[in-house]
Amino acid sequence: MNKFLQRWTVFAGLVVVWQVAGMLAEDPFFPPPSDILTAAWEWWVLEPENVTGHILPSIGRLLSGWAIAAVIGISLGLLLGRSDRAMEYAGPLLVFMRSIPPPALVPVFLLLFRGGTSMQLATIVFGVIWPVLLNTVDGARSVDVTKVDTSAVFRIPRHQWILGVVLPAASPKIFAGLRVSLSLSLVLMVISELVGTDNGIGSQLMVAQREFDYTRMWAGIVLLGVLGYGLNTVLLAVERRALAWQPRSRDEQHA
Amino acid sequence: MSNMLEVADLGHTYGDYEAIGGLTFTVRAGELVCVVGPSGCGKSTLLRTISGLIEPSRGDVSLKGSHLAVVFQDYQRSLFPWLTVQGNVEFPLRSLPRAERRVRAAEALEWVGLGAAAKKRPWQLSGGMQQRVAIARALAYRPALLLMDEPFASVDAQTRFELEDLLLRVRREHDTTVLVVTHDIDESVYLGDRILVLSGSPAKLVADLEVPLPAERDQVTTRTDEAFVALRSKVARLLNVGGKQTLDVEKWAAAERESLSETVSTSS
Repeated sequence: MNKFLQRWTVFAGLVVVWQVAGMLAEDPFFPPPSDILTAAWEWWVLEPENVTGHILPSIGRLLSGWAIAAVIGISLGLLLGRSDRAMEYAGPLLVFMRSIPPPALVPVFLLLFRGGTSMQLATIVFGVIWPVLLNTVDGARSVDVTKVDTSAVFRIPRHQWILGVVLPAASPKIFAGLRVSLSLSLVLMVISELVGTDNGIGSQLMVAQREFDYTRMWAGIVLLGVLGYGLNTVLLAVERRALAWQPRSRDEQHA
Repeated sequence: MSNMLEVADLGHTYGDYEAIGGLTFTVRAGELVCVVGPSGCGKSTLLRTISGLIEPSRGDVSLKGSHLAVVFQDYQRSLFPWLTVQGNVEFPLRSLPRAERRVRAAEALEWVGLGAAAKKRPWQLSGGMQQRVAIARALAYRPALLLMDEPFASVDAQTRFELEDLLLRVRREHDTTVLVVTHDIDESVYLGDRILVLSGSPAKLVADLEVPLPAERDQVTTRTDEAFVALRSKVARLLNVGGKQTLDVEKWAAAERESLSETVSTSS
């Protein structure tokens, strides 16, 4: 409990400072947090159409884009990571593609998919696949020689080698990539919704800004913060379970 | 007695470095043979060619029976930390039905005295216990030949004695054919029915010695037995212990690097 207080004190303090400053300044661009929270509550929680029409589609795109990127990134990464030759051919291409800022491709995808969900998914998938893919390659390459030898001596079948040895050995790095990708997914979800669509949290930010409803705009930003925080917390919990097998430093001394 | 392993004129070169030069020997069924030689004399290359991890440059390795198992020196890296002890022992048995896998793993863990540790993770066990898990995994696989690469070099002396006796017991109880590669002369005499003395490099067979000791061995009495002491001195003389170092360190390091890269590319 003490630690909880310690962790949130700075956060709460800043909110209080903003509240007082906002009430004193009465600036329409910077409404106090109490107004923002009220707006967020009325707009995002009490309006069922907003939940089904904007929040759920946004979360749906974010999660499916991230999941598609994860599946492609992990499978491709495992294969590339275990083949030096494939990496020699594909390496420069991967590094180049990763260097392209994903928002720069929004116009391309707009043309290709004429807006809508497929364009948004393409933006998210293209933007977030790289951390997963490159981390998986890195993890797959790091399987130590004794495990490679052990697997070869016991002549385990190829699928067991990939799924039973390479995948778990790479999983700590894969999870690190998945976490980076998840927060990137949120960014790209918002960016992809700023143009070419009339639903989603991102589009509502633009609508609120155009209608000079700054309190509602801030409410959208708060919602995105909460969403990002929540998703990251869930993924961390999953990661902790999935990687529970990792030796903890205290136990390692025993060996 | 039939031959379990026949090695004929086996040679291996890395580039222009000859690691083993024409080895010929056999291992009979149920026998425990120790290969002893100085560090860097090509013992590891020998083990890797026998186990099929690298293709020898020349010569033949023929094994009676379809599969062999290897116990590596580095048990920490050889065991899979994401599997339980039982999962590790079942690892090479995935092609068998689940129930049979369970039975075999439980049985093999009993043999090495780790029946109670089945649900633990390997890294929760001591070093000696981890190596016992690796031995159980190899035994559960029912190999025609059990290869061991410096199996007890990474544990303390007390544990080492225990593991040596454990190996002698399980191989007697289960009639396992074993080839142990070691640089430790005492260990080779204590464990072996027969000792192959290598000198190198390139590794050449200097002597093939029968061990004139009874099958039942004991850490205290066997090691003071006259026959033990005599054979130990003989092997030491053959290996020229205390003599001039003949190993070319740079060549050896290059060969080692080569052998590592070779493994990675063959098994990926």
